Amino acid sequence: MYKYDSYDQRIVDERVTQFKDQTERYLSGELSEEQFLPLRLQNGLYVQRYAPMLRVAVPYGLMSSIQLRKLAHIARTYDKGYAHISTRTNVQFNWPELPQVPDILAELASVQMHAIQTSGNCIRNTTTDQFAGVVPDELVDPRPYCEIIRQWSTFHPEFAFLPRKFKIAVNSHTKDDRAATLLHDIGIKIVHNEAGELGFQVYVGGGLGRTPIVATLVKEFLPEQDLLTYLDAVLRIYNLNGRRDNKYKARIKILVKALGVDAFAKLVEDEWQHLKNGPGTLTSEELARIKGHFTLANYETLNNDEAAFTQQLAENKAFSNWYNRNVNTHKVPGYAIVTLTLKKLGTPPGDITDKQLDVAADLADRYSFAEIRSTHEQNLVLADVKQSELFNLWQEAKQAGFATPNLGLLTDMICCPGGDFCALANAKSIPVAEALQERFDNLDYLHDLGEIDLNISGCMNACGHHHIGHIGILGVDKKGAEFYQISLGGHSGPDASIGKILGPSFARDEMTNVIEKILSVFVEQRVEGERFIDTYRRVGQTPFKERAYAKAN
Amino acid sequence: MQKLINHTCTLEDNWSFVESIESTVPAGNVIIPGSFWLENKESLSNREDIGIWLDSDAEPELFIQEIKSLPLVAINFPAFANGRGYSLARLVKERSEFKGELRAIGDVLIDQIYFMKRCGFDSFLLKDGLSAEKALEYLATFSDPYQLAFDQPTPLFRRKAD
Repeated sequence: MYKYDSYDQRIVDERVTQFKDQTERYLSGELSEEQFLPLRLQNGLYVQRYAPMLRVAVPYGLMSSIQLRKLAHIARTYDKGYAHISTRTNVQFNWPELPQVPDILAELASVQMHAIQTSGNCIRNTTTDQFAGVVPDELVDPRPYCEIIRQWSTFHPEFAFLPRKFKIAVNSHTKDDRAATLLHDIGIKIVHNEAGELGFQVYVGGGLGRTPIVATLVKEFLPEQDLLTYLDAVLRIYNLNGRRDNKYKARIKILVKALGVDAFAKLVEDEWQHLKNGPGTLTSEELARIKGHFTLANYETLNNDEAAFTQQLAENKAFSNWYNRNVNTHKVPGYAIVTLTLKKLGTPPGDITDKQLDVAADLADRYSFAEIRSTHEQNLVLADVKQSELFNLWQEAKQAGFATPNLGLLTDMICCPGGDFCALANAKSIPVAEALQERFDNLDYLHDLGEIDLNISGCMNACGHHHIGHIGILGVDKKGAEFYQISLGGHSGPDASIGKILGPSFARDEMTNVIEKILSVFVEQRVEGERFIDTYRRVGQTPFKERAYAKAN
Repeated sequence: MQKLINHTCTLEDNWSFVESIESTVPAGNVIIPGSFWLENKESLSNREDIGIWLDSDAEPELFIQEIKSLPLVAINFPAFANGRGYSLARLVKERSEFKGELRAIGDVLIDQIYFMKRCGFDSFLLKDGLSAEKALEYLATFSDPYQLAFDQPTPLFRRKAD
């Protein structure tokens, strides 16, 4: 993973000094609430329902065990003993005290972490495939490009006060898209051109929120070295032309729609002509330097005892359930990718205690080269586990509550903190998730249903990605009461789609029954091998709608 | 009183700000609205004591080729959170032959002037009540930034290699 040099370290250290001074000025009354707001936001600090919430950046979801232990320490010392993995692969603390935040940032800086630009109208954390670098069928490791973008976007002086927040994702997988790339302000797909040169397809104007839109291709092929000059051009066109009069129309997706993609692409292209081949062009030395931080781990040449492993699976149904669900194929023979799920009944999705963070760090040390990843589905990943050690790891993970074998299944939900914590929410989301986890806790039934993305957001801001859930749930406020709107057919893969609203919203106590009805339509209508999304796309919304709104006999 | 600073010290403000012009342009060093100047620049061409101010929604293509010989251009930040002026500043400094002073006016706060300096502003008219000493201190917030900008035309990755 990327290790800071003295330049990187100085930048985060200087940031800590700056924010300490800003916090002191605010607490002494020198800075007004309004003036402090964007400063604390750009340090990931929100004022929430009960306390400030601090969002720590986890660049493209990659952490060392040392960093994880630091997060455990922060959870224990400055918070109530837990943290939350966000859908931007960041880590959030719900209960820090404002005067202590500069100390927390100093603790983070000591392990090469920060909270820079994790909120505010600036360029946010760049995300990518949680299996980057280890998954088969990947063109190249996308993380060096994420790191290059991280450095370029950190305190970019021209783009610190954009019309609205700005999110970039990078995908390098030739078949899948685990990063919801097309639902980003800029989605970058790493490709080869016809001559076999490496470069990028650049998609612009995707996003969730109030106006969910799938991004459109604006650049068919951008050569590797031109990445940053082109991003500068896109951001400058957005900063100059994006709307600032209405925050709901301020994202770049609205600009792309308003101008039309061709006119937008031309503006960018014209601007880029001024920057192209200039000093912002990446050098081969810099590309090599950054890539050098993401070289392959010291994999051993393993001779797997396949017979023994098959027997282990056959003898233990629970182990094989877990293996089938939570373990993915690694590109190096003898190794496996393990997802530690944070979706256990009774725990809000994505929440993790200080003790669990410590255990995860230990597991990373012992099983996976001391590295761990956070995912936008709010789980953790050990990317380099020997197949021969899976059984031992499973037993330890089970002890720590990391081994619910539900990856990709209905109960592996994405859920925002909702009205329990968030000041923006219209409705609570965690109790809905809990009720669903409780109703659908029969593993055989879950496995029979197969892969379903169920995503819950407590408001239009869509932090729970409800638009791209196969089943999406959105909390709405109806004359002061909490109601929930259901949409079906959303999807975040390479064939991304936005869910379609089913109809009038439901009260919270109706939700589990309605979801059960929707699932029963799927079970009746599916043909062999179909996932929920496949059946939905084939039969359309009508049968689901009829069942969901049918009058009781 | 509002303090005016450049990158190193407090300055005396020799310019008067003219928000709008009813009929004639006042005498002396005046900063007049860019739109008025554009419409009347022929008749004003004999005056060397006129600077212009651009609001944050100014269209760069209208003035970028016209400002070459002006002694001063000011860009107004109607609210600190409106960051369009940063891009305008870079275009003024990097895409025109303007050689004069580029000044930030309006909601110019201490915490943003580091970014303003990087985008090419030479001077900053601080919002009323703000300390010039604190502002000067904040101009040096970060010693070695990653990206190129007007003040540092070479990105860190090219400088490191040297």
